[in-house]
Amino acid sequence: MTDTAQNAKTPVAVLKNRPKGQRTFIGDALRRLLRNPLAIVGLAIVIIMIVMALFAPQIAPYSPIQTNLKLYVKPPSPDHILGTDDVGRDVFSRIIYGAQISLEVSILSMVLGIALGVPLGMVSGFYGGRIDTFIMRLTDVFLAFPLLLLAIALVAAIGPSQNSAFIALGIAIWPYFARLARGQALALKNHDFVVAARSIGARDARILAAHMLPNMLTPIIIYATLQIAAVILNESALAFLGLGAQPPTPSWGGMLASTRSFLTSAPWLPTYPGIAIFLASLGFNLLGDGLRDALDVKQR
Amino acid sequence: MAKYTLRRLLQFIPTLFGVYTFAFFLMRVLPGDAATYLVGFHGSASALAALHAKLHLDDPILVQYVSFLGNLVRGDLGNSYITGDPVLDIIGRALPATAQLMVVATIISVALGLPLGVISALRKDSLVDNLTRILVVLGASLPTFWLGIQLQIVFAVNLHWLPVSGVGLDAHIILPSIALAVATTALLARMTRSSLLDELNQDYIRTAHSKGLRERAVVWRHALRNAFLPVLTVWGLSLADLLTGALLVEVIFSWPGMGRLLVQSITTRDYPLLQANLIILAMTYAGANLIVDLLYTLVDPRIRYD
Repeated sequence: MTDTAQNAKTPVAVLKNRPKGQRTFIGDALRRLLRNPLAIVGLAIVIIMIVMALFAPQIAPYSPIQTNLKLYVKPPSPDHILGTDDVGRDVFSRIIYGAQISLEVSILSMVLGIALGVPLGMVSGFYGGRIDTFIMRLTDVFLAFPLLLLAIALVAAIGPSQNSAFIALGIAIWPYFARLARGQALALKNHDFVVAARSIGARDARILAAHMLPNMLTPIIIYATLQIAAVILNESALAFLGLGAQPPTPSWGGMLASTRSFLTSAPWLPTYPGIAIFLASLGFNLLGDGLRDALDVKQR
Repeated sequence: MAKYTLRRLLQFIPTLFGVYTFAFFLMRVLPGDAATYLVGFHGSASALAALHAKLHLDDPILVQYVSFLGNLVRGDLGNSYITGDPVLDIIGRALPATAQLMVVATIISVALGLPLGVISALRKDSLVDNLTRILVVLGASLPTFWLGIQLQIVFAVNLHWLPVSGVGLDAHIILPSIALAVATTALLARMTRSSLLDELNQDYIRTAHSKGLRERAVVWRHALRNAFLPVLTVWGLSLADLLTGALLVEVIFSWPGMGRLLVQSITTRDYPLLQANLIILAMTYAGANLIVDLLYTLVDPRIRYD
């Protein structure tokens, strides 16, 4: 297997030759992740997307919002590799900048969903009783709406914008994180380390934050990665319906909506932004699946 | 069974109540109230005040809430700001169109997803299995509305096989329902595959084999029956995707269902219509989940839920 194993003559030698800290949980997980070709593809897509978002001004050849009516709907060419749209903007540059919107909204809504859902879920599972019943009935109400429908309703109430999109999506996903954290808290609260912490007089807040939370991070991270894929799709759906970032902000869903009427004359216009949405979602799905296989101890 | 059904039905009531409450307060957050929209933003102050009184908008919010619930019980969700028709009539005309799309998409996804899942589990690592696994990954990441547009470009604009958009239980329904079915097909194929693979590794399957049963009998009579249980659950979960997917597909294909109505009610700020739309869709979705839960007990008699 490894060089160490080949050089070693006896099991004792193997143990002695083992470099310090070679086998850690994170190290093992990382190795398993990197052995999974699909996960690497996912990781690569995610990294490309993050680079696109961070360095959009350096990568994009043109301004994403500067219009030029002389370039009305031009097919892909060496100058404009993905063509130009109905007000002469470079589609490639807009897609690069679109990664910013997509990532910003998905990550912020994920953070909001976690910030609302995890504490509520932990409290629910930890204390049980009436608090538990109340919080769980509350999640029932939110879960009675399909996620996108709830987000649509919330955006309609706050008024469409990029910020309302992330707030609406964050509010729509908190119950999922609450359910997850509750289950984790229920499983953890009778473990010895929690009982021990309590016996030395740790307060509830400290037990929840310092002892239980670190132990439920793995499932939360896996779930969040998989959910980002879904949130990217929902964010673009909101933008497509005109309920996300407003024009001329280059959101992928918005680009799709505004060029939909060109499906006979310039089919590439509504095609490229969709490919970007698809790839972004695919990347997070593959990475999330890979993370789950690599980190989930129970599955091994 | 009867006891469980009753308890599940009773649990449904607070959820519905929560949905109504949510929809009521959401509409109170919306910019501008009913009277402003009816009179118009430039209407006179006296007209506005008169309408305020008439619509009971000056009553305390709790009084308004109670009367909202009262109207709801009587099946009155108000009238559209735009057309003046009762919103429930408008929704009654749109709901069947959305249901048609969802039913056809479900038929497609069951007809394709289940066999694909079974074949790929039985012929693991075969061509069909690999294709299915690719479909599964793609299906979870494809934006439904983009898929709809691509189907329009390929099959309507370029090949002229099918109409670009429009309504009807004929060639018109094919593209929208395919666009809608892909994600659910992928999900069903994935669940069928993994749950059948799990079952095929169970002891009772080895027993069935060892007593000389033919492969077909083992798979169909033993493994598949048990494998369908998780599949049913997943189908219940995918109802949400099916419903919201339908809303988007309707916009793409100009299908006159709930989705188009929803978008229209937001853009024209027809709040009673929006509110009723939310309530009806949430009730439909929660009701469908309830039915799936109850079916679950029928399919698996082991489940007593006590």
